[in-house]
Amino acid sequence: MNGGNGIAIDVKGLSKSFGGREVVHDLSMQVRRGSIYGFLGPNGSGKTTTIRILCGLLTPDSGEGTCLGYDIRRDSEKIKRQVGYMTQRFSLYQDLSVRENLEFVARLYGLADARGAAREMIRRLGLSGREEQLAGELSGGWKQRLALGACTLPNPQLLLLDEPTAGVDPKARRDFWNEIHALAAEGLTVLVSTHYMDEAERCHEIAYIAYGHLLARGTVEEVIAKSALTTYTVTGDDLNGLTSELTGKPGVDMVAPFGTSLHVSGRDVAALEASIAPWRQKSGLRWQQSSPSLEDVFIELMGRSKDNFQ
Amino acid sequence: MSAVDRPAPAQGPAPVHAIRERFGFLRRSYAMLIKEFIQLKRDRVSFAMIVMLPVMQLMLFGYAINTTPHHLPSAVLLQEDSDLARSILKALENTAYFRFLYEVHDVDDFDNLLKSGKVLFGVEIPRGFERAVRRGDKPALLVAADATDPVAASAAMGSLGMIVQTALKHDLYIGDPPEMPFEIRAHARYNPAASSSLNIVPGLVGTILTMTMLIFTALSVTREVERGTMESLLSMPIKPVEVMFGKIVPYVLVGFLQAFLIISIGVGLFGVPVLGNLFLLALLSTLFITTNLSIGYTISTVVQNQLQAMQMSMMFFLPSILLSGFMFPFAGMPTWAQYVGECLPLTHYLRIVRAIMLKGASMQNLRFDTLALAALMLLAMTIAVTRFRRTLD
Repeated sequence: MNGGNGIAIDVKGLSKSFGGREVVHDLSMQVRRGSIYGFLGPNGSGKTTTIRILCGLLTPDSGEGTCLGYDIRRDSEKIKRQVGYMTQRFSLYQDLSVRENLEFVARLYGLADARGAAREMIRRLGLSGREEQLAGELSGGWKQRLALGACTLPNPQLLLLDEPTAGVDPKARRDFWNEIHALAAEGLTVLVSTHYMDEAERCHEIAYIAYGHLLARGTVEEVIAKSALTTYTVTGDDLNGLTSELTGKPGVDMVAPFGTSLHVSGRDVAALEASIAPWRQKSGLRWQQSSPSLEDVFIELMGRSKDNFQ
Repeated sequence: MSAVDRPAPAQGPAPVHAIRERFGFLRRSYAMLIKEFIQLKRDRVSFAMIVMLPVMQLMLFGYAINTTPHHLPSAVLLQEDSDLARSILKALENTAYFRFLYEVHDVDDFDNLLKSGKVLFGVEIPRGFERAVRRGDKPALLVAADATDPVAASAAMGSLGMIVQTALKHDLYIGDPPEMPFEIRAHARYNPAASSSLNIVPGLVGTILTMTMLIFTALSVTREVERGTMESLLSMPIKPVEVMFGKIVPYVLVGFLQAFLIISIGVGLFGVPVLGNLFLLALLSTLFITTNLSIGYTISTVVQNQLQAMQMSMMFFLPSILLSGFMFPFAGMPTWAQYVGECLPLTHYLRIVRAIMLKGASMQNLRFDTLALAALMLLAMTIAVTRFRRTLD
């Protein structure tokens, strides 16, 4: 096995267009082995397309790179053996039982004891007693669990998970993430796309992609620091009125309500402070400078990218 | 199911499974094949279709063909009211083939009855018929048949002359003449050529197999695409040719079962002979089944969705029925239609199955058609494997 340099995914300049629309633009990224890499971005930002390029389901129009040391253009058959891909939509056979689905996957990958491997996975997933149930009859949480089980059955080195927790309840989400951390601890590399900020914060590294462009990457702390965003948290009365008054003022890049408070952020500290000065003394409002949350950073990034690319 | 009965996440390291590299092709095709079998088993409707379709078609077609129809609605155009005319009508009705529903005196009424389909037969007794018979002029008794359904008409037509003669033998009025005292002139209207019923049961074997085999595989790939399972299948290490074998092999067995069913019913219920070698018939039927499955599979790699797959199957199925020699005699078709017919597997299989069942033909006689079937199969498979998209591009 080559690629033992500690890098699982190393791609440069990936681009992909569909019908003249560029879905992924000049995307470069590196993912360390054994890490959990979060892939964030709004709907239609090119996350799924990037994941499909990485596992050989799509050919990039331009760009190059390696996945587990194999060339993503030439060695897609070899990559497929080592990669478990969990699709956004449940893509196991709904009219096959839990056991039959797992045995099918085990046979396709040529596991020596397909039945034994399936039995072991059923036990591991806690699906004992449900093995003869049709996959289509499982609830959302169980389906997602089964899909993850099917991906990990052939002992892949890399897991590509495309919004695996969409539409799953919080308890199941937490269990799922515990499982992912357990797998990463065993040396598996995990690339996971998500919309949830709490999930992003559980990743070792994150990348933010919008409209096909990779806008930020690094650890959560790095991304926040690099955003150079100054954020004030405002609490008090009539925050709705304040929102409309502050929006669009020079230096105010983002005004976003967070529960009972309001986050006012901007990159240009001086301009921001000048703009909010008239309201800082207003009675009934409490201003406090705070560090921006990941969500602040992303919403600001999304707003900025909209200006640039739409 | 609620979140409550969900167990804690799995603990402990994932087991590492041994992987066998040898015979990968067979292993992966086998994985696909088992999966297809299970899905087929779960799909009750398709399963019912496998058995019910041939049985129903055979019963409907077969009985309509092989049972001699009785009490066919008939009309008589009576231009003279004589005892002889009455005797002949009585004799015709006694055969149980005819049932006289209308008695008309006008030629136009007579024609209209036939045209409208109210009657299948019309007997015309011309004016001065009895006198002509007595004079020994051998006048003509006109029997007009609606031969748009030749099968229905032919049995009654064939036995007409003999029946009338036998019936009138004991008629004192005529006595026991050495020959027919009058001539029966039969007109098969609308469709002068009648096809042989024995041709149809062997033909049905081919037609039913074409229809069911095409549809089964024509849906197979598009179904995976529509259900979203193709995305995961493509991300796994399986090759297009392995997917194809895995999807075709289960249906070869299904088709074989169907062929067996149809031929058994044909032999058992309709008395169609199998003069040739049964093993040869089974072998060449399997080839024909595989050819159709490959074509169906090719369709499924070309179309976008299941509806298109059905439409394209029909577009292939219709010319198969019309130009293969099932519906019309192959030799009677124009040259261009014969060329098209030669490109259809059903044409070759009809020759094979008719020749083996009815003429006792051997492999020696069927070399050309066997090769043609094999060539069509290989062509379809090649197109399918090259058309199969390995990526979602």
